[in-house]
Amino acid sequence: MDKLYLIATIAGQPVAIHASLVESVVDLGAVAPVPLAPPHVAGLAALRSKVLTVICCECSLGFAPTGRGTRRAVVIQLDGHHYGLVVGSIEDARVIDEPPQPIRARLEPGWARIAIGMLEYDGEALLLIDPERLIAGPDEALAA
Amino acid sequence: MDDLLAEFLAETRETLDALSGEIIAWEADPSDRGRLDAIFRFVHTVKGSCGFLDLPRFETLSHAAEDVLAELRSGTRTADAALVSAVLAIIDRIGELTEALESGAELPSGDDGLLIAALSAEANVCPITGAAPHVVQTANKAPARSIRVPLELLDRMMSGVSDMVLARNELARRLREVGAEQEVGGAFERLSTCLADMRDSITRTRMQRIEKLFSALPRMVRDTSAELGKTVDLDIDGSDVELDREMIELMRDPLTHMVRNSIDHGIENAEVRRKRGKPEAGRLSISARQSGNQIVIEIADDGNGIDEGRLVAKAIANGVITQELANALPPAARAALIFSPGVSTAEQVTAISGRGVGMDVVKSNIERIGGSIELDNRPGFGLRTTIRVPLTLTIIASLTVSAGSQSFAIPRSAIEEIVHVSSASIRIDTLGDATVATIRGRALPLLHLEHVLGTGHVDEVTGRTIVVVSAGAGLSYALCVQAVHDHEELVIKPASPAVMGAGVYGGMSLPDSGVPMLMLDAVGIAARAGIEPEEANPIAALTQDAAAETGPELTSTLLFHDLAGRRRGIRLGVVERLEDVAADRIAETAGRLRVAIDGRLLPLLGCEEGLPAGAMVKLLRLSDGASELAFAIDDVIDIVQLPPAMHHATSEGPIAGVALVQGEQVELIDVFWLFAQADAAPVREERPLCLLADAEDRWSREILRPLLEAAGYRVGFAGESVEAQADVVIAGGEPVAAGAAPVIRLRPDMAGANDGSVYRYDRMGLLAAIESQVAKRRA
Repeated sequence: MDKLYLIATIAGQPVAIHASLVESVVDLGAVAPVPLAPPHVAGLAALRSKVLTVICCECSLGFAPTGRGTRRAVVIQLDGHHYGLVVGSIEDARVIDEPPQPIRARLEPGWARIAIGMLEYDGEALLLIDPERLIAGPDEALAA
Repeated sequence: MDDLLAEFLAETRETLDALSGEIIAWEADPSDRGRLDAIFRFVHTVKGSCGFLDLPRFETLSHAAEDVLAELRSGTRTADAALVSAVLAIIDRIGELTEALESGAELPSGDDGLLIAALSAEANVCPITGAAPHVVQTANKAPARSIRVPLELLDRMMSGVSDMVLARNELARRLREVGAEQEVGGAFERLSTCLADMRDSITRTRMQRIEKLFSALPRMVRDTSAELGKTVDLDIDGSDVELDREMIELMRDPLTHMVRNSIDHGIENAEVRRKRGKPEAGRLSISARQSGNQIVIEIADDGNGIDEGRLVAKAIANGVITQELANALPPAARAALIFSPGVSTAEQVTAISGRGVGMDVVKSNIERIGGSIELDNRPGFGLRTTIRVPLTLTIIASLTVSAGSQSFAIPRSAIEEIVHVSSASIRIDTLGDATVATIRGRALPLLHLEHVLGTGHVDEVTGRTIVVVSAGAGLSYALCVQAVHDHEELVIKPASPAVMGAGVYGGMSLPDSGVPMLMLDAVGIAARAGIEPEEANPIAALTQDAAAETGPELTSTLLFHDLAGRRRGIRLGVVERLEDVAADRIAETAGRLRVAIDGRLLPLLGCEEGLPAGAMVKLLRLSDGASELAFAIDDVIDIVQLPPAMHHATSEGPIAGVALVQGEQVELIDVFWLFAQADAAPVREERPLCLLADAEDRWSREILRPLLEAAGYRVGFAGESVEAQADVVIAGGEPVAAGAAPVIRLRPDMAGANDGSVYRYDRMGLLAAIESQVAKRRA
């Protein structure tokens, strides 16, 4: 389970998330906006009787949101609240035996904030990201 | 072993809770064999179990108490107040030990020997004065069968049922779509009914009898009245009313506070009561009942009530209200002053109550859980306090409103009334950029929900609805929404930190529509919109009165506290308005303090003794008809009519003289001096620098330059050493070296190009453009 990762894309970049952090992957229904919330909070959506706080990953990275059409979200639970992270697409869940490597390249500030390592799979490099930092959004990082 | 210990501790704790009332009742009537037996059974059980569990201190204590109680049962001794206190002390110690063991803390130290010695017949240890209160009614019920269930499990059941309700709703939609047969419809109806019943009973599993809250009261009343040397009869009614368990915990502190207040300040001592022809024992009755989806708790005593005169005097002395407001207060509102922060009527602070944090905290705690508190004060005869709280915290009666394309919920407890804009009883006025709704003579700030939330712009109020929202003491406003939809009972859950961080939401809900809905927080909305309590901002209401009453002899004068806290007055005629500005808009620029308001710079006075602390600064905007200045104050007090006579100041300065206002000396501001100061020439070096781009141009040198210098600017030319300090660059069509300073373009023709340039002989336009650029740059 430790080595199982969910592979998705955010702003076209393939990323990996520890599968142990992920509750489920869903297609979101109607999203009710939250006025006055930080820009990366896209709104609230219902998942059965739970309410998800929908996080736009692209906004959290500081990019202009591109894929408004996508409704696919990774559901994460943090401190008793459920969050839906809107991603570009979900590729697969895979076991990667190699441990994460430190990142050898200089990343853009947005990526640098959420990335915690690099994974090699199928001759392709994947960024391992920390969903908690995605949820915190860019403001928190500035304050820290 | 651990399981056994945990079981023992839980059982002991529960029995202790139930028992404290029994002991007081027994003391009141020592012949009550049933209660004595109950107490005896408790210590006997404790003794038995703890011997088995190896808890020597428990054993010694319970053993000693058991012996004494056995003597009482056999009739060889009779109970008196000292003995009851001693038994209570033992039971308290057992309670302390239980708590310590449960939380894993170190056992509290203390000499059990002393407590045990107090039990002996000859003991004369700490006699406690005061008779026991008589408990008129404490039901002695057989315990209901029950099991212990973790709360988390109940929450899971609740959310499971909510899921089922949503699934049922979807099924209902599908069935309608396919046009199902009648039998299917019937079965579906049965399923719906079962589901609704189940939802009800699961909601009820979270309920507890209010007895849990009331059972501690007899003991508390006894201890408090004994301490004060008073006698109090306690009457408890309605212990079987059920309330959400979280609610019970939240009600504990307010109720304790109210009861202590009643005994300490309300009920008189025996001597005074005799003189007033009341029975010597005070009477305190506490009752609970269910009324609709609210629980009503009443606390009534037959004591002295609230001394309204003293309360009002205290409120004035503490600056809570002014004398004028106090005179106009209706009687009901006078007693309610006790809920204002910093007002406490007790002449002496006692250990029991009157610490200055009192009723205001009680009120805000109750309001926070969606409740309300009311007083019925009969001075000399008693006080009745009515507390209303909703049945549960999680289900909140709400009003659904819409703004823009979205729906929001508002807790019904925060709503005073709902009026349609077209109603004849309301009037809407625009004052500057603020709007005021006058509803039956009451002026309230009007907010459009879309504006507060930043989701849209509203030009036309026609057809909209006003919800009058009360956000606590004296803080009401008219919230204008697109439409009001429905009264609904909503299950409210806390929202995630990212959402709560917006500051205007109290939680979220998932209504049957399946689209999440946010619940608005009345206080947060007010804070967001910058609304202040009515009392603190009386200028709007009072200005109208003052204007209407101006006689030939009198001058309307605005009284205020200046930043050093002194009472001062200024002629109302020069006051344009009262304004709050952010502290960061004040800066020392060009040799004096200035404040940027509405894109202009105004000289700021009144800060001679230092800038005010805090994020917002209150300003009076003063005008002499041609120019304007700002005067910083701490707070507005009142508007009064003063005769022209005053004692003139001995020297020229900010004070014109002194007048007597309500027996106090008030210094009146010299308006003439103020405006003279504001127009004094600023220090030369600090003047903004205009840089002219074309140093060779004759027009620039000979015509533009004198104009600018006359208007109070320094002038420099491109290529000079001052270039880098430029506040604004003025240029014609020629290219300008890119710098930090804004550029104003001049055009030679009057006919306007739409490129933001200024016609070069447009004196007003040019100076205005320069001023606004400089203001922007320096703000």
